[in-house]
Amino acid sequence: MLSLVVLLVIIIATLLAPVYASRIAKTDPFASNLSGTIVINGQTVPVIQPNPTGLGSTPIGPTWQAQYFLGADTQGRDVAARLLYGGRASLIVGVAAAVVACLIATIIGLLAGFSGGMIDATISRLLDIVWAFPIYLLAIALSTVLLVQGLSIGPIAVDPGSLWLPVIIIGFVFVPYVARPVRGEVLSVRRRDYVEAAIAQGARRRRLLFKEILPNVLPSVIVIFPLMIAACILTESALSFLSIGVQPPQASWGTIINGGQAQLYTRPMVSISAGLMIAITILVLNILGDGVRDALDPRAKLRLRRRGRAQA
Amino acid sequence: MTTNTTKSRSLFALLALAVTACVLAACGSSTAPQGSEPATTAASADTAATAAADANADVTLDSPHRGGTMEIVWNGFGSSIDPGVDYDGNWTLLRLTNDGLLTWKRVAGPDGNTLVPNLAEEIPTPTADGLIYTFKVRPGVKFSTGQEVKPSDFKATIERQFKLPGPVSSFYAVLLGGDKCASTPKAGKKCDLSLGIVADDAAMTLTFNLLKQDPDFLQKLALPFAYVLPANTPPKETGVTPLPATGPYMIESFKPGESMVMVRNPEFVQWSKDAQPNGYPDRIEYNIAILPNAGTTQVANGQADWIADQIPADRLGEISEKYPEQIAINANPQVYHMVLNATTPPFDDVRVRQAINYATDRAAIVQLWGGPKLGQITCQILPPNFPSYEAYCPFTLNPGPTWSAPDMPKAQQLVDASGTKGQKVVIISTPDEVTTAVSLYFVSLLKQLGYEASIKTLQSGVQYTYVQDSANKAQMSMSYWYPDYPAPADFLDIVVGCGGYHENSTANPNLSMFCDPAIDAKTKAAEQMQLTDPAAAVAMWTEIDKLVTDAAPWVPLFVASNLDFVSSRVGNYQSNPSVVGGFMFEQAWVQ
Repeated sequence: MLSLVVLLVIIIATLLAPVYASRIAKTDPFASNLSGTIVINGQTVPVIQPNPTGLGSTPIGPTWQAQYFLGADTQGRDVAARLLYGGRASLIVGVAAAVVACLIATIIGLLAGFSGGMIDATISRLLDIVWAFPIYLLAIALSTVLLVQGLSIGPIAVDPGSLWLPVIIIGFVFVPYVARPVRGEVLSVRRRDYVEAAIAQGARRRRLLFKEILPNVLPSVIVIFPLMIAACILTESALSFLSIGVQPPQASWGTIINGGQAQLYTRPMVSISAGLMIAITILVLNILGDGVRDALDPRAKLRLRRRGRAQA
Repeated sequence: MTTNTTKSRSLFALLALAVTACVLAACGSSTAPQGSEPATTAASADTAATAAADANADVTLDSPHRGGTMEIVWNGFGSSIDPGVDYDGNWTLLRLTNDGLLTWKRVAGPDGNTLVPNLAEEIPTPTADGLIYTFKVRPGVKFSTGQEVKPSDFKATIERQFKLPGPVSSFYAVLLGGDKCASTPKAGKKCDLSLGIVADDAAMTLTFNLLKQDPDFLQKLALPFAYVLPANTPPKETGVTPLPATGPYMIESFKPGESMVMVRNPEFVQWSKDAQPNGYPDRIEYNIAILPNAGTTQVANGQADWIADQIPADRLGEISEKYPEQIAINANPQVYHMVLNATTPPFDDVRVRQAINYATDRAAIVQLWGGPKLGQITCQILPPNFPSYEAYCPFTLNPGPTWSAPDMPKAQQLVDASGTKGQKVVIISTPDEVTTAVSLYFVSLLKQLGYEASIKTLQSGVQYTYVQDSANKAQMSMSYWYPDYPAPADFLDIVVGCGGYHENSTANPNLSMFCDPAIDAKTKAAEQMQLTDPAAAVAMWTEIDKLVTDAAPWVPLFVASNLDFVSSRVGNYQSNPSVVGGFMFEQAWVQ
């Protein structure tokens, strides 16, 4: 329950990013402000402060006031505002990629498990091929290539700078990780008595698929979904950290950590704050995933009940 | 006492004078053959030769500072240890292992840009038509394999250059037969420069026959591409196998992405202190696996002696405060700029290019680079202290010789007049700190001017080839140019002139695809004038610099200075200004 509350707080906070930037911080988190100034304790100070030796400069640190609450990055932009906007992009990419992965994987898994024979063999081998690549290696390779020219399949065209590009790439690389268990679940459900009974009663394939099998497979997908969001957010952060995910000036937690690398010695708060946000979000999503599993999986409920009795 | 001493000294002087007169008289009546120089002149020549020999003496041999290991950290190690392949990246170390006929004087200060003979005995004067250069090759120089360097090795080296992949063969296409070798990769593989280079191993002479005059030909012979290799060197990139060396050091081992070690070349005997002085450290070890931040820490802790990478911006304050005696700043002719593709909208309109130039806050960008001590603001193509340079800044609030502030109203006015507002502009960036920061600044600026701007980040190895190829229509990117040799043509003809523009090619250094026929005519005239009327050529290059600056194929940003950070044990720090120079770490002491 607590995890759900924390997650909701994060989601609401990121949704309110424009309000924070325009009304509270009164800064543009996407525009460079290299020559900007800020008033602290009645004194006007530059956002980017030249070092006394004349070599290098240091962005202003956390002010703990509305403007530049967590300080500025190397472009003189408000880190707190970017953190909220970045969270929005990370969550959007994470959720959308998880939806893409789960949707495609459910269709493929159903098709393979239900059809069997050549179709199952072909789909399974294709999934094996994708699975054979380490996730990050495949995602990095795809991103590096697609960032040059964008993605164009028939009428679908995605710009290299679009948020859809990481969504599609991350969604694609995770398909086998969902499709495999779904296929296994379909094979198992298909042999259950109630399905055999429906077949004996002359139920059509469509009815079998959508009325008997899919409803019994969906709980597994629902259990996997929050965990997939967490995995997708992590992958997006990794790609953005490597400059091949969300493209600047758009922000994501990964791009903020990447940008913060240049200030790690003088202003570590930039990277730390984004890193903490990722860690908290992933933690609550994982706890939420466990909760959903416990809620939907009857065997898990049984286990919990037994554990409760034993403790009593 | 004083008187007596004076007297005795006078007597001694008289006696000495008499003896000298007697000796001179005896010499005068000697039977020396007619025409032979008098003994006194011969003595002077001997003295001069001795003095020259002394000046050329290997001072490291008896020095207490000779020995030890110089530890270098360098994450940005170049592409190859083959001088025929590497372009710029590893020149500072290949300069110590290999030699060409000519080189730039190995000294600190402006004199370090002076061309001096290296494996040639002297710099030749071309024939009257400027088409033939005959060199006398220094005898007795050996490769690290023990094999003697012969004129035919030089011929084979230049031919090998055409057989290797890459754009560098164009440097020597001016040789007779060179144009054919450079025409296609297939022709390059069979390159025969028998007409262009005549080597006489017996007479130790090497004659270069040119197709047309080339005022920069001697400078091109000083580049590492012309560093001599044995004639039997295979015509393929050497990979991790070190090639035979002529310089004071040879590569002992090279592990890409990990390390490289240089040790003394046992066959090296110093022949010219100006060209190739012997080094002090016995070993030079490169750690190429360490990132700049960690490298900076290693130098600060004394675990490494020098970081060859640029110091990360957020460490500048720390090292300048804590280790002021261990840093040195040296001016370079390295011009950082934003490339504006003059053949692609919206930058095919000169008003848009000028607008970006007016709007740019160059002071803010210099701050991103590390501050005014490390970057000098510029508005023009040629860098300060470069031949034909004359300070010129038309794109500022108050146009004049120097930049003062951005002129946004003027920029907005030009953008409005161009009717290009709202167009998409994609900046092709790399993930490195400075390029990303500057690209982000320009995204903001372009949005402010009314464009729909974004960034496309490509890996460094991919980005340069991508923006080189005009087929990709890359609109804008950050770049820098460090001239191969100190000649205005290297900027004005190669980087922003028709001479360097190769359409649909990845061997195109003219990233802005800028080629103005009127300016090109002046460029050709200036190149010809360089051989006949050097003074007029200087003025002509100055005029071309201003014309190109006005046409704004670049947004010139700043001329970078180089900051060297060395460990506390390093002594005798010196920096050479040439393209193969920088910190002369072989002249530094580590003990």
